[in-house]
This record gives sequence, C-alpha cells and structure tokens, in this order.
Amino acid sequence: MALDKSEVEKIAQLARLHISEADADEVASRITDILALIDQMQSVDTETVEPMAHPLDVTQRLRVDTVTEKDRRDELQTLAPAAQDGLYLVPKVIE
Amino acid sequence: MIEKTAAELSQALSSGELSSTELTQSYLDRISRHNQELNAFITVCEESALEQAKVADEKRASGDKSPLLGIPLAHKDIFCTKGVITSCGSHMLEKFVAPYDATVVEKFKTAGAVMLGKTNMDEFAMGSSNETSFFGPVKNPWDLKRVPGGSSGGSAVAVAADLCVMATGTDTGGSIRQPAAFCGITGLKPSYGRVSRWGMIAFASSLDQAGTLSKSAEDAALMTNVMAGIDSKDSTSIDRPAEDYTATLNDSLDGLRIGIPKQHFAEGLSAEVEQAVREALKEYEQLGASITEVDLPNNHLSVSAYYVVAPAEASANLSRYDGVRYGHRCENPIDLEDMYKRTRSEGFGDEVKRRILVGTYALSAGYYDAYYRKAQKIRRLIKNDFIKAFEQVDVIVGPTSPHTAFELGSKTDPVTMYLEDIYTIAVNLAGLPGISIPAGFANGLPIGMHIIGKDFGEGKLLNVAHQFQQQTDWHKRKPNFEPED
Repeated sequence: MALDKSEVEKIAQLARLHISEADADEVASRITDILALIDQMQSVDTETVEPMAHPLDVTQRLRVDTVTEKDRRDELQTLAPAAQDGLYLVPKVIE
Repeated sequence: MIEKTAAELSQALSSGELSSTELTQSYLDRISRHNQELNAFITVCEESALEQAKVADEKRASGDKSPLLGIPLAHKDIFCTKGVITSCGSHMLEKFVAPYDATVVEKFKTAGAVMLGKTNMDEFAMGSSNETSFFGPVKNPWDLKRVPGGSSGGSAVAVAADLCVMATGTDTGGSIRQPAAFCGITGLKPSYGRVSRWGMIAFASSLDQAGTLSKSAEDAALMTNVMAGIDSKDSTSIDRPAEDYTATLNDSLDGLRIGIPKQHFAEGLSAEVEQAVREALKEYEQLGASITEVDLPNNHLSVSAYYVVAPAEASANLSRYDGVRYGHRCENPIDLEDMYKRTRSEGFGDEVKRRILVGTYALSAGYYDAYYRKAQKIRRLIKNDFIKAFEQVDVIVGPTSPHTAFELGSKTDPVTMYLEDIYTIAVNLAGLPGISIPAGFANGLPIGMHIIGKDFGEGKLLNVAHQFQQQTDWHKRKPNFEPED
C-alpha cells in the first residue's frame, strides 16, 4: 500500500523522529517501495500456521531474584549529556 | 608473516620464533599505512595493543599455551569495549565510551588475544555495503572502487588486507557471510544462541548473532572455541556443553549428504558465481560427498518477512537513544519532545531512520496482524522448509551472494540493496548456522560459497569448510591493492 506524507508524519511522531518538509515526499516513496516488497508475503495463506517469535524452541531461563550488580550510578552518569546530584537532567516537563 | 593464519602464527609464537610484540607492531604499521585508504578501522588502539602484546609474551614465556595468546584481532565497533569508543558506525554513539566489555570481548581478553582496534560497519549494522556508516564507506581491497559488503565490512577488509589476523562480526541477515564472500575470506555465523549477545549493541534481537571473520575455517574454529557458550547475562544464550570445534575439522567427508536448494540457483544468480559453486561441488564429490537437490519453497518470502521482523525489533531496540542517559543530545532543546525528536533525527542516518519508520508502522495499531504476526508465520514456514530439507541432507550448499562485489554508490534504492541478502536472510530467520568460504574468482573478484548447517551444527560446517580448504587455495589468494611502497 502507498503511504502519503501525512501518514509518514504520523509514524514519525510515534517514532519521535522529525522528517523535514523537504524530505517527506522521498521518505514516503521509499517506504512505499519497502511496503510493496513486504506485501509479497500477503499472497500466502497462513491461516493455520503457528507464528514463530524466536528461533529457539526453549522456555525462558529465570535467575534467582537477588541483586548481583554493584551500584555504578556515578560512573554510568558520567556518560550522560547532562546529570547532576545523581539525577539525569532533561528540559522542564512540569510548569 | 602478517599474511599467515592464526593457527600458523600461534605455532610461531609458541616455538618462540616470533613475539606478540613484533607481530602486533607489524599490524599496527600496516594499519597506519593503509587504513586511510581502506577505512576499515574506526578506532586503532596502538598503546593498549602493545601493552596486551607484552603481557601475552610474558605469559608465553611462563608456559601459557592458550592458542590465541598474543594473536592480534579486531572487534567490530558494535561490541562494547571498556574505555574505548564504541560507535556502532553512528553519529549517535560517536563519542560513546562503553563502561564495560561485551562478553565476546571479555572472552578474547581472557584468551590473551590482542585488540588492535574497532572496525567500521554500516550504521547500527543496517546495510549490505558498508555505505551507511557515519564514518564513510570501507573500500574493497580487491578493487578500491567496490564495496566490501556489509554490515561487517570493516572486519572483512581488515582480515582480507592483512591489517589483522582475525576479526569479530555480527550477522542479522547476512552481515558476516556476504562481506566475507565479497572480500575472499571465511565468515561464520553460528546458530542463534550459541554466542552471547551481551554487550553487543542490539539491532534485531531475535536474529542478531556474533561470529567470526578469518583467513581459514580452522581459524574460525579457534575463534568459536573462545566465543561459544552459555552466559548468565544473556538469557537467550543456549545451555549446551562447549565443544572443541578444532577436534572434528579433519573428519572424513565420505558419505556426506549435501543438499543444493534449487531456489538458490535460480534467476538472478550470475553465471560466474553459479559456475564456481558447481565446480566446488565437484570437489566435494571427489571427497566422497553425494549431492541432492532440496526444495526451500518459501525462500522467496524471506526478504519480505525479514523486512518486517528486523525493522520492528529495531524500532523497539533503538527507542533507547533519547539523548538522556548516553549518546548524542541536540543543542538547546525547547522541551522534552523537541529534545527526543531533534536528538534522534540528528543522531541517526537515513537508512536507520527508514527502518525505524517501517518497524514503527508495522507495529502500529491496526497493522500488527497484517505485518508482524504475518511475518512470524512466514518465519515458521521458512524454518519448516529447512527442517524438511535436513531430513534428507547433512548440509545445504549454494552461493553466498548472487554476484561479486558491486561498485560503491551503484545501489541507491533500498529495496535493491535488501535483495542482496536473498540467500543468507532465511538462515537468520530460522536461527541456523551458516558459513561463507572462498570458492573462486570472477574478473579478479572473490566468489563466496555458502554452507548452511543444522541447529548447532557449527562443528560439521567447519569440518566441511576445512576439508574444502585442504583441497583448494582460493582462501589463500591475496588482493594486490598496494601502490608501490
């Protein structure tokens, strides 16, 4: 199916991406091409096929619910674009 | 000596005819001479490599005989390395210094291998030509106007051009095997779950798997011996006893049943590649193998299903890049929403954005059943095709790629690029192991042969590849890219 510019805008909003007005047509046309490739699978009847989420036919392994990691907050926060007093800083959210 | 395999160098190190320090310095010299042209490395770790080499030499002197002790390798820049930038080929992580080592990296450290640096790659491993890297494309040493394949293109070129002995890679849809084919080296993607994904930056979590790029199947076995095994930090790493993959390399292939899928020898395959693979099959017949045609009737749907599953998982995985905890953040955001959007739009390149959009669309309200669920059902059909084929044969053999390396900038349309992986993608969807080995040349460019194994059949694959390499010397051919020096 063909996507138009307004649909691209809607998806971009969901993905928190900004697509400029100048690029919107090209993005819409590229994604339309990709969806056409994907749509080839619609021709196959899969009514009775069990979906496969994962290549391994095993059950999820669980570990004991205990703390194993040591506290590395200060070290990890040095990676942040902005952090202070053990907190990550972001633009003001609540007026 | 830089052209030698890890197995050969390991012997030279253990006999004392060579030190790891000398060897490491030779590769560092070669990197400094050729990397500007080839662009295979994003980061070179000269100082720490020489320190690690010195430690390795001391350990050798005190009797440590670990096979990879002192062997210089490179890691794809998707593996987190403590204290060293891990960029994933992206502006988003251009300055990201990982606070820990990936399990794979840690295992090679424990084995005593020397890390020369981090290799170039398609951004977030999304690409088949290495052209989506923020750090610019990698050049194929067999022809500098051509792509090395992707996404592990930097690793493939580093090995092919003798800038290191061996390198790690990752393969989500063909990202180890296709660059190995284009660069004339050996590339193994193990079964899903065989190697820990912890510390490996996620693209599509149900498909991603770490593997090897090397100069021979024997070296791939030495590397897999180090990498494979359960990891408590990756709940999808499988609990199976570790194997010695070198132990079965010399098993006889007498009676081996090879399946050739008619879908891998159909329209779209170049005549030279087909001829090379058919010649290679004759070699296997000489070794006592029998060849049977097998049917993979849903193979043509693998690219379609993959471009739902992989982007959907990527859109979820890449939502973590929000400019808050690490990575790029835009300048002067006016509010939180603006920060998210500009950070992500500046940090990601076009192909990554495209895949996030496709994945977001496939998972959005009202489309889930038509896309994601449908793709999972197709995935089951593809897996079932393999299960059925493996009732009749031990391994499946075909071409790795429909043709040899193409020219830089020649495939600008994403769908054309996606179809590059037509023979490799189904293997990831099914979680099987696959290896590409050199099987000939066309117009001076290497041709790769693809061997697919049963679940956790890495040992058999390496055996089948190694036996071919005992009969042929395609894997020993070297590119001549050097100007007079």
